[in-house]
Amino acid sequence: MRCVGSGQQLKRSNIMPPSLFHRLRLLCLVLCCTIGAAHAAPSPETLAKMAEDDSDSRIEAIAELGAEGSAQSVAVLDALADEALALTGAGRLVILTDTGALDAATGAAIDPYPDDADALMINNRIRRALQSAKAATNIRATDRSTRLAAALQLRDGADEALMPLLEPALAAEQDKEIRAILALAVARVNLASELPAKRTRAAELLGDSADASVKFMLTALLEKDGNGQFAEPDAGVRAAAKASINAIERRLAIADLASTAFTGLSLGSILLLAALGLAITYGVMGVINMAHGELLMVGAYATYVVQGLFRTHLPEYIDSYVIAAVPVAFFTAAAVGMLMERTVIRWLYGRPLETLLATWGLSLVLIQTARVIFGPQNVEVANPAWMSGGVSTYADIVLPWNRLVIIGFAIFVLLLVWLMMQKTRLGMFVRAVTQNRAMAGCVGVPTARIDTLAFGIGAGIAGLGGCALSQVANVGPAMGQGYIVDSFMVVVLGGVGQLAGAVTAAMGLGLMTKILEGWAGAVVAKILVLVFIIIFIQKRPQGLFALKGRFVED
Amino acid sequence: MRTPLSVRMFQSLPRTAWLALAIFAAIAWIAIPAAHLLLPESSPFHVSAYTVTLLGKILCYAVVAVAMDLIWGYAGILSLGHGVFFALGGYAFGMYLMRQIGTDGSYGVALPDFMVFLDWKALPWFWVGSDSFLWALIMVVAVPGLLAFVFGWFAFRSRIKGVYFSIITQALTYATMLLFFRNETGFGGNNGFTDFKRILGYDITSPQMRLVLFGLSAALLIAVLILGRYLVTSKFGRVLAAIRDAESRVRFIGYQPTQYKLAIWTLSAVLCALAGALYVPQVGIINPSEMSPANSIEIAVWVAVGGRGTLIGGVIGAFIVNLAKSFFTVSFPDYWLFFLGFLFIGVTLFLPDGVVGLWRKLRGKRAIEDTDTPTETPADAKGASA
Amino acid sequence: MSTALSQKLDAVSGNASGGHRVNPGELDLSHKVILYLDGISVSFDGFKALNDLSLTIDAGELRAIIGPNGAGKTTMMDVITGKTRPDSGTAFFGQSLDLTRMNEPEIAHAGIGRKFQKPTIFEQLTVFENLELAMKTDKRVWKSLFAQLASDERDRVADTLQRIRLVDEADRLAGLLSHGQKQWLEIGMLLMQEPRLLLLDEPVAGMTDEETERTAELFVSLAGKHSLVVVEHDMAFVEALGGKVTVLHEGAVLAEGDLATVQNDARVIEVYLGR
Repeated sequence: MRCVGSGQQLKRSNIMPPSLFHRLRLLCLVLCCTIGAAHAAPSPETLAKMAEDDSDSRIEAIAELGAEGSAQSVAVLDALADEALALTGAGRLVILTDTGALDAATGAAIDPYPDDADALMINNRIRRALQSAKAATNIRATDRSTRLAAALQLRDGADEALMPLLEPALAAEQDKEIRAILALAVARVNLASELPAKRTRAAELLGDSADASVKFMLTALLEKDGNGQFAEPDAGVRAAAKASINAIERRLAIADLASTAFTGLSLGSILLLAALGLAITYGVMGVINMAHGELLMVGAYATYVVQGLFRTHLPEYIDSYVIAAVPVAFFTAAAVGMLMERTVIRWLYGRPLETLLATWGLSLVLIQTARVIFGPQNVEVANPAWMSGGVSTYADIVLPWNRLVIIGFAIFVLLLVWLMMQKTRLGMFVRAVTQNRAMAGCVGVPTARIDTLAFGIGAGIAGLGGCALSQVANVGPAMGQGYIVDSFMVVVLGGVGQLAGAVTAAMGLGLMTKILEGWAGAVVAKILVLVFIIIFIQKRPQGLFALKGRFVED
Repeated sequence: MRTPLSVRMFQSLPRTAWLALAIFAAIAWIAIPAAHLLLPESSPFHVSAYTVTLLGKILCYAVVAVAMDLIWGYAGILSLGHGVFFALGGYAFGMYLMRQIGTDGSYGVALPDFMVFLDWKALPWFWVGSDSFLWALIMVVAVPGLLAFVFGWFAFRSRIKGVYFSIITQALTYATMLLFFRNETGFGGNNGFTDFKRILGYDITSPQMRLVLFGLSAALLIAVLILGRYLVTSKFGRVLAAIRDAESRVRFIGYQPTQYKLAIWTLSAVLCALAGALYVPQVGIINPSEMSPANSIEIAVWVAVGGRGTLIGGVIGAFIVNLAKSFFTVSFPDYWLFFLGFLFIGVTLFLPDGVVGLWRKLRGKRAIEDTDTPTETPADAKGASA
Repeated sequence: MSTALSQKLDAVSGNASGGHRVNPGELDLSHKVILYLDGISVSFDGFKALNDLSLTIDAGELRAIIGPNGAGKTTMMDVITGKTRPDSGTAFFGQSLDLTRMNEPEIAHAGIGRKFQKPTIFEQLTVFENLELAMKTDKRVWKSLFAQLASDERDRVADTLQRIRLVDEADRLAGLLSHGQKQWLEIGMLLMQEPRLLLLDEPVAGMTDEETERTAELFVSLAGKHSLVVVEHDMAFVEALGGKVTVLHEGAVLAEGDLATVQNDARVIEVYLGR
């Protein structure tokens, strides 16, 4: 769990990640250059303002260029943003490129290259204005995601200068989601209007938001200044603001709950993946395998090796390395597990405490082996491209793909284990041997082979868990140690030998940890969870799903 | 008819054992101090400061091993969390040592350095009294004892045993470690306590103090061995063995196993804490990594190597493993974990009775399984019944 | 006279002032009945192990309990000894001790001893030590830390050793005994407890005919001073005991009476032979 906390990516973001924004900008540049070629050029007055050495007039010019929106205007804005817009000694604006210089008004190449051109400096105010102007031009793009990004940008940073642009854009917009965002943007600008009716309407509209910053904006209206005067003089506007604040708070609370539930489930599925292998080796076979964490590690390192092989031999298929790593992780860990069973564990059946110590020894050997082969540092296992990013849902919650994939993978592995134990002959043999070894032997079940195979399967499942963990947590020689206590807790809490119990316990622990984390911080949450488990085991020593009656031997 | 307790305690050890203890005491209290203080460093018999500290450290470990053997070897309860009691004892005494630094810390104020670093203005409430040596001694016993008592009371009352118990003790030490890693907990976070200067005003680094601490460790070990031997040969010890064999039967003949387990469990924890309190001034540092689950499980391997159910086995195991550790970590650091790992495996597979068991077997004596059942009582019984 | 003092006097003089009073924790046999079970039900996950079971055992009685597998014999013993709590019903030891509110050691102290189906003895201790631990004495931790065997206690152990014919095995580890000897040792441990009521679950399983016979003799000699409840399948043994027989079936009493009556009961024949 410790490793997992740092990886939690989930946040309600107002700002696009920089890299994504950059990409969109490039995309839009291309679009504008091709589609908008027929548009008019920026007006000479605007360019003159830009040429003046004064931030205020430059900002005006930027807004005008944004509102005008022709391909050439966009090119000028981009050049300014890249500090490639320059002023020649003669007062002419030029765009410097790698190969030469272009006229800012027309885009025509200038020959000869103006040696005295001096790039315009930009400050933070100008940068902000540039972003709004950019968004204003992008709001007209045909690509939906570009428009969405632009709308989000405008919602967070629109000012009155862009009003002439926002309203037609709102009128023209067909997409429901983008309309809603733009409506918020307009409302936000209108909140500063001089007409109380307009402000009231705006305050009402802002109630549709699920954004904490909007809430702060509205709250600010209700505050009193030093003279006891409300920041917002009109009572009607204040009432509307109050109602909207309540609506936003409700929405935020739901969003908060939903995101806690998601992170909880995500942590729960990680715990489940870590514990499922143990549910077989301990839960079914009764082997206390303290090297279980190291089998996870084997799976994770197998994934790392597969990644390396793909990088060097099949770089074009690098995105699918994880798929290939799944069986590799399974079989590597299974092989290590069977070797462990054959050499050590076999001799210790029925002596749980000795098994515990011997497998702890095995775990030390495995850790040191990993150190010798791969070095003591953590190794880097990258998410394939299709697992990065996320799906945005209600109230701007982003569900990262890697978490979703892990939840799905946990379900897949669970199904696999269930099928194997309930529907195959091997599963039947395993259950027979664990329930009555002597009898199973008498009816011809090869008990020794079944033990080895069953342990191998448990180890292989642990390997699958390790493969999944490599996508969300650090991969290093000591990684397994962090999971051993958690895994045992899941199995013990769920009730030994109970798959349904393990699932319930894993999900319950995941949710509980996340809820407590929000309330008390990660370390205290972890401690509280452990204390809870200790108390729980007091009350129900057999776990959640316990067998009762005659089966329970003292 | 009734024999005084002191006599019975004396009788609980065979004469050879008393002789061995006397030789051990002579070495620890006379030979080693003399070799350390009087012989010049050039002499081949000179015992260096490093060796004294190392041996003192291992003596503390040996006490822990005997305490572990009392509950694992005799009562069949494997604790994977004994490190927490050792460390708590160390922390309780460490608090006193921190206060003894006084204004000699890097910031030159009376508050311990880490508190100044955290920008705390005053000592937290639980540091009250920590400047008193007597209070420190009380806390060394009381805090780990209380934790063990409360934890054990809950665990034994609901009849958690075997591997379940082992796992939750591991969770206990793990949780406590996480707690102590936090700076806000008030025990120095990651770094714990270090840079000690004085005990009772005397320089902690002087050779005399080093020898005093070493001698006290030896004395503690001797005391724990005698006490342990008395306990396991008393009726109390036989009830423990009975609980290990068939707990429900013990209940049906009218003993409360919970109370017996709780008694030996708490005693074992307190012994660990005493060892921890002697350990900290000798090594000069205590930090939360002492509570890591790996440390606790290593204690079990000392006992397993020496031979569980034989008090001396714990001592032998602690010495073998820790001498090997200091050899490997200096000469072949990469191989230490391999050695330790294979030791765990090898002992459980090939030496279930440990070194002591092997020795008994080699001497042709029938190794009495697990317990060394006292021989006096049955003999007497036969006399009585004949 | 203060109330406290008057209570004390009452206690000393038994039922001095009309209605009888007892010290809590002491066995009261004023109605000549040592064990009452009334309406006991226990179920495990829907399976009714005991179904409204009612049974009384008189003081000094030797009672055999028979019944097919799954009739609830062992569960009944679990309820009496506090190992299993009934879902409903009452269980009293004498007039005053509510067994459903006591735990195993408390019940053992009150005077109920139990022998398990599978002999459970302390295999790593000697025969002598097994008996010593079972002996009726103060069994608290503090006392056992300083306990020493007094000579009369030694005599009691020796006495029991003779009764269970294990004198020569006194200092052998109990784990090394034969199966029959282990059964005897367990019975010996029960005797050391000096219980008022002995519960014996299949005490002669695995014994030779001669051992079985001797066991029956022992039990008959114990009756009167102690009360015994014996669960057994071996009809010859039940016959040798000669007491009243109770037949359990599906968690309730099917028939009760002397062996001949019970054996001729149509329902009992149906249960054992029918289907």
